[in-house]
Amino acid sequence: MLFVRVLNIVAARIMAIEGEKNVYEVEIEASSLVKEIRESYATGKTRSYEWRMSQLQRLVQMLEHHEQEIAEAIVADLSKPMFEALAYEVAMLKNSCSLAVKKLKQWMVPEKVKTSITTFPSSAEIVPEPLGVVLVISPWNYPFLLSLDPVIGAIAAGNAVVLKPSEVSPATSSLLAKLVGEYMDNSLIRVVEGGVAETTALLEQKWDKICYTGNGRVGRIVMAAAAKHLTPVLLELGGKSPVVVDSGINLQVATRRIIAGKWGCNNGQTCVAPDYILTTKDFAPKLVDALKHELEHFFGENPLDSKDLSRIVNSNHFARLTKLLDEDRVSGTIVHGGKSEKSTLKISPTILLDAPRDSLIMNEEIFGPLLPILTVEKVEDSFDIINSGTKPLAAYLFTSNKKLKEQFVMTVSAGGVVINDTVLHLSVAGLPFGGVQESGMGAYHGKFSFDAFSHKKAVLYRSFAGDAPVRYPPYTKGKLRLMKALIGGSILSAIFALFGLSKD
Amino acid sequence: MGEVEKSLAELRKTFNSGRTRSVAWRKNQLRALLDLISHKEEVIFEALHQDLGKHPVEAYRDEIGVVIKSARFALNNMEKWMAPKKGHIPLLFFPAKGEVLPEPLGVVLVLSSWNFPISLALDPLIGAISAGNAVVLKLSENAPACSSFLAKTLPLYLDNSAIKVFEGGADVGNELLQHKWDKIFFTGSSRVGRLVMTAAAKHLTPVTLELGGKCPAILDSLSNPSDMKAAVKRIVGAKWGACSGQACIGVDYVLVEDNFKSTLIELLKKTIKKFYGENPKSSKSNARIINKHHFERLRNLLEDPLVADSIVHGGSSDEENLFIEPTILLNPPLEAEIMTEEIFGPLLPIITIDKIQESIDIINSRSKPLAIYAFTKDETLKRKILAETSSGSVVFNDTMIQFLCDALPFGGVGQSGFGSYHGKYSFDTFSHEKAVLQRSFFPEIEPRYPPWNSFKLKFIRLAYNFDYLGLLLLLMGLKR
Repeated sequence: MLFVRVLNIVAARIMAIEGEKNVYEVEIEASSLVKEIRESYATGKTRSYEWRMSQLQRLVQMLEHHEQEIAEAIVADLSKPMFEALAYEVAMLKNSCSLAVKKLKQWMVPEKVKTSITTFPSSAEIVPEPLGVVLVISPWNYPFLLSLDPVIGAIAAGNAVVLKPSEVSPATSSLLAKLVGEYMDNSLIRVVEGGVAETTALLEQKWDKICYTGNGRVGRIVMAAAAKHLTPVLLELGGKSPVVVDSGINLQVATRRIIAGKWGCNNGQTCVAPDYILTTKDFAPKLVDALKHELEHFFGENPLDSKDLSRIVNSNHFARLTKLLDEDRVSGTIVHGGKSEKSTLKISPTILLDAPRDSLIMNEEIFGPLLPILTVEKVEDSFDIINSGTKPLAAYLFTSNKKLKEQFVMTVSAGGVVINDTVLHLSVAGLPFGGVQESGMGAYHGKFSFDAFSHKKAVLYRSFAGDAPVRYPPYTKGKLRLMKALIGGSILSAIFALFGLSKD
Repeated sequence: MGEVEKSLAELRKTFNSGRTRSVAWRKNQLRALLDLISHKEEVIFEALHQDLGKHPVEAYRDEIGVVIKSARFALNNMEKWMAPKKGHIPLLFFPAKGEVLPEPLGVVLVLSSWNFPISLALDPLIGAISAGNAVVLKLSENAPACSSFLAKTLPLYLDNSAIKVFEGGADVGNELLQHKWDKIFFTGSSRVGRLVMTAAAKHLTPVTLELGGKCPAILDSLSNPSDMKAAVKRIVGAKWGACSGQACIGVDYVLVEDNFKSTLIELLKKTIKKFYGENPKSSKSNARIINKHHFERLRNLLEDPLVADSIVHGGSSDEENLFIEPTILLNPPLEAEIMTEEIFGPLLPIITIDKIQESIDIINSRSKPLAIYAFTKDETLKRKILAETSSGSVVFNDTMIQFLCDALPFGGVGQSGFGSYHGKYSFDTFSHEKAVLQRSFFPEIEPRYPPWNSFKLKFIRLAYNFDYLGLLLLLMGLKR
């Protein structure tokens, strides 16, 4: 065994000399990193309000000082419109971090709770405490926001953090490594760059929580790896988020909000983006017309040239998306767009009407600028269609009908539900953001982020007095009577039992 | 189609019909459960006696009473729990309404354990029902009398198309774990906990793991003899009084200052005698070891010569009756198995230290326990324990009663598990908190939409800061 180990290390060294990291070296690096951070964590430094506050403030500073640089990295990785990079990543992050700064003290206060007669006299509280050393694995689509937003929660809750940004957005990844290195306490907060090998090596280590944002396939791998160490996981996945469009609505506003959530957010490469629309056969033509009209208004006559649309992240995803359209039965259903340009990785906003329900595009999360519309006879029929699939991360409904709203909220299960808008719930710190079933588990944002990275420790204070002999052996019939009375909550029968007056 | 598939299909169908969502259904099931308990109390006493030799008082305190209390608490609070909670919405989105709406997860699996075969099966079931789920309850085969009682009786009282009971061993457990659940709630060992979570990962099923660990009791040198007596009584109650130490929140070992050890040992011996008489073997107040496997495991812990030498009280056992005498050990080696593994039996090691504050380092050098008990009047020590150690729960000056406190979440951290239940937390454990945001079509915030320009960017920046004055100035063209 030892011999093999030594051999591996030697092999690792040789590879290192040749300038290439191998698996063993990556593993050794990961384990020594975690060991080092665990030692720092054990000093208890992260538990103090001061440390958490100073780190959060440093993060705000970092965002303020390097706003332009950050946005440029995002633009380089995704050709995101500068506006989107600044508004949906930097500004949103700053907002989230400022909220934590403002609320940290309040979040850290233990929650007093009432105790019952069975434990009288006593007092109790729930004390939030950090989980320990946590791992955040982030995706490429919002490479800055989705990296640091969970980190804010982890720091606020007093944890040490290792962040592994996606290798698919390399400019942001390396900027994150550089900035976190400059601004944060590096004995407790680190960035590890890399791909599958680095992630695998990190997942081998023991963490106190793993937060992963990405797809269900990798989510399963993350959770299985976490199981080895009994590590709880927060999985932010995706799914096919539907939009139900009723008739009798303000169509212009509805279409604009759908477009803003679909193409206006990273050109559909967003986990809560509308994936497909459900509407009635009668209403569909109107909706398609309105969408076309507003699309042109937003992105011009030739959207492939628009500066306000992100490109597809890379050629893999470009190929995946064009394949969805190439399917014979699908290409015939395109009613708008469908243009693409391989050299610039651009795909124009595309609308499909009634693509076959068993086609790939109607069964996989699209994660791109294609929007199928599925028609139904009655708008209520769409609820069954949604519920027959896996639970999505978000479900949207546009309607003026109060009853339909209520029915939708009650019967459609999704991570979050928004009526008459899209994506906006993400920016509401008072609402938990997270999925259910295939769209993930656990939630964050605002106070929920703090909770996601905290353990709620139950604390009960008792005095030495108030000992009920009924608790202790030797057990007798009288004790049984008293116990029943106590648990029954009947003071009178408890008193009777104490005096031996009970009848049974 | 196998039995499991058939049951699951039926449960899905029931759940999809929406029946389990109604308050009436949930309440009816809980009331039926209470009926079952009150009709069958004697039978339960008998089953618990057969499986574990529990005395009716112990059985009532730790099992029947717990179920009654939880079911009633849920019945009284369910509507409050089900009500949506308001989420604060920034003025910018006005008019809008935000709320968090709890909804059932779907079809859930509860895997219970043998040490409290009634309460650890029915208490999570109460949570699952309160939250409106369809449930499969898999009972532990190690407590056969309770298992067969529940398997036979629950279907007579509960809605069989929404709640199913399975008996059997690891093979049945494994088969159940192959299927897709919307939640798995497991009580047991960390070894099996890992298997459960690995299986759950395949279907992205969230899990609650209620595991164990070595729960320490820190005993400060108490000057008042009556405090000392109360403390020792509570330690004895938590070591031998609850299923003979076979309890996940039982005291595993005691930490005490060296000069206090003889007082402690004397008092422990006296209390044991008072509770269980001269001959504890003949006491009816003592539960027995669950089975031969665990009996041997416990006896092996004592066989290490260095450990055997450290026994200061008890140590005898009777294989035929699966009885192990209440046993006290003084400073067994810290690297011996008895100090590295969860004991889960009637053996109590006492570890002496020079200063009581050192107990914090000892606790922190091990994995996080499910509970820490500390007997002290020293407020500084209390604060230090709270701030510097980590555990599922902390109880000052008592033991085990955190289990009865419905207002506190019950659950572990680190190796003692994750997720929690009891009271409202049981409801939350089996619910998904759905975020709901409702908006109207009016008014529209134009800068949300492309084509982008610098005005829109300025607007969004101010909006994120909720700088309404700035927004106003910008809109009036007064802000640069």
